[in-house]
Amino acid sequence: MSATSPAPLLRVENLTKHFPITAGFFVKREVGRVRAVDDVSFHIAQGETLGLVGESGCGKSTTGRLVLRLIEPTSGKVEIEGRDILSSTPAEMRELRKGMQIVFQDPYSSLNPRMTVEEIILEPLYVQGARPGPEMTRRARKLLETVGLSPNHVVRYPHEFSGGQRQRIGIARALAPQPRFVVCDEAVSALDVSVQAQIVNLLQDLQEEFRLSYLFIAHDLAVVKHISDRVAVMYLGKIVEQADKASLYASPRHPYTQALLASIPVPNPRLRRPRARLTGDVPSAMAPPAGCRFNTRCPHATDLCRTVEPPAIEAAPGHVVACHHVASIPAVSPLAPQR
Amino acid sequence: MIGLVMFSFVVALAVFAWWIAPNDPNRTAIRMRFRPPQLDRVLLLGTDNLGRNMLSRIVHGAQLSLLIGLGVVLLNSVFGVLLGAVAGYFRKLDGPMMRLADALMAFPSILLAIGIAAALGPSAWTAVIALSVVYIPRTARIVRASVLVVREMEFVQAARASGAGHWRIISRHIMPNCMAPLIVQLSFIFAYAVLSEAVLSFLGLGAPPSIPSWGTMISEGRTYIREASWLTIVPGCAIALTVLGLNLMGDGLRDVLDPRLKIEQG
Repeated sequence: MSATSPAPLLRVENLTKHFPITAGFFVKREVGRVRAVDDVSFHIAQGETLGLVGESGCGKSTTGRLVLRLIEPTSGKVEIEGRDILSSTPAEMRELRKGMQIVFQDPYSSLNPRMTVEEIILEPLYVQGARPGPEMTRRARKLLETVGLSPNHVVRYPHEFSGGQRQRIGIARALAPQPRFVVCDEAVSALDVSVQAQIVNLLQDLQEEFRLSYLFIAHDLAVVKHISDRVAVMYLGKIVEQADKASLYASPRHPYTQALLASIPVPNPRLRRPRARLTGDVPSAMAPPAGCRFNTRCPHATDLCRTVEPPAIEAAPGHVVACHHVASIPAVSPLAPQR
Repeated sequence: MIGLVMFSFVVALAVFAWWIAPNDPNRTAIRMRFRPPQLDRVLLLGTDNLGRNMLSRIVHGAQLSLLIGLGVVLLNSVFGVLLGAVAGYFRKLDGPMMRLADALMAFPSILLAIGIAAALGPSAWTAVIALSVVYIPRTARIVRASVLVVREMEFVQAARASGAGHWRIISRHIMPNCMAPLIVQLSFIFAYAVLSEAVLSFLGLGAPPSIPSWGTMISEGRTYIREASWLTIVPGCAIALTVLGLNLMGDGLRDVLDPRLKIEQG
């Protein structure tokens, strides 16, 4: 559904963020850089969900924030509905921000404890120049209803709510300016499993209702499988594999994706699966390994992998893999039942 | 709670000074010199070396002490908060501003206050300015520390994602969540300011002698400390009562507004 769809809502090209590490007392000099996000490209169509998965610290949250220009990228290009957000002036940016919102991971720190629910939800509108009044209160009540809370909660404060309810408030705030694109930055990771399911369902209902596009950042592959249309896998600041959901989960091509999928627990004690266990730690993003970044932990690594960085190849239509050995590594899903 | 009662008592003295004072605090009566404190409506706290009524002078001195303390707290809550918020929020300005604060804080506080007061000439306003200069870096420090914590919270990111400007983020999102430690700090600064005002007045760098001040009273009374000890003991007790009350109140506020408790309950 992706590669063939017309002009994508969001297009990200060669997005890169290096955080400089500085030292020195009077004169700051750069002693190194953390390559948090390195040459990342993807696109999201209208009404589509792109899942972005990877280990902690692989740069997926940074990517989410770069796309919204909450952090200034080092280089690259981000276009939403054909408009380049990185070259926009602050005034244009404010206008563009109506169309793109974010839902955060931590429902406890993402709501200002000193504001009422109404103030929190309507904040984006007030920033855009709306004036408080009965009409605005009505909107806040409507939004609360949309996310499944009682409209009477507008006068309450965040501490009066549970984690799941707070996340609903966060979603209501994101919906207030009627965005077309929402970044869900680990939006369900901090919640109980039962609440997770409710929030995921809510996100899907809202997507249908408002034709929203999501960049769904998570580390839980099962949740991503449920909500995404396409999935991108990140490792050490790079996207190593990107494909539509069915293809990625059924026939993962990159050894890292295979290892990730192998780590999903399957509720069947008799099932024996080929183990593609990962050993060792993720190398430091300050000094990523030469060649393929995954070569230090990859069971298939060769000298080529240790010297030359693999280009992103379209292994199958819409299935992009950055691995030298795509052709030789069997595309077997560790999820497929085997006796 | 006790602190609040003690401080309220002093505030009441200052507010109702004109009703409480038996007569003009500056009226001299040579024949009435050195009357010791006694159970009497007028001579409750005795008279001083010029026959001035000590009770009148104490309650009017309370006015001065509290006004100067209030002035210092107000200046601190404006400039200390502003500078702290700017330093904590705009990271580029943080280094230079905090080094400047370090430089000011490296001076012993009372010495710096004496220096500034001496340079500007003795007056009540000078005392307020000198003491503010001394304490503003401390307030700014405290505010900056809280801002550093709050600015990283996700609701600040959310506000930025909505397109909120710096001013809105600081005033609506960051500062309201930095109030607890600030209020506690300001109550302590009030106490230090009262104490330091007395020191400046004692050294002749505070309010002119025509305005009754606790520090001046101790300074004048110390010549007669053997013959008429109440001249120093009474204003000394007044200072102690006020400062102790404010400190106890600050401790109480700290318990009520403990930032750790705050974060848990939201």
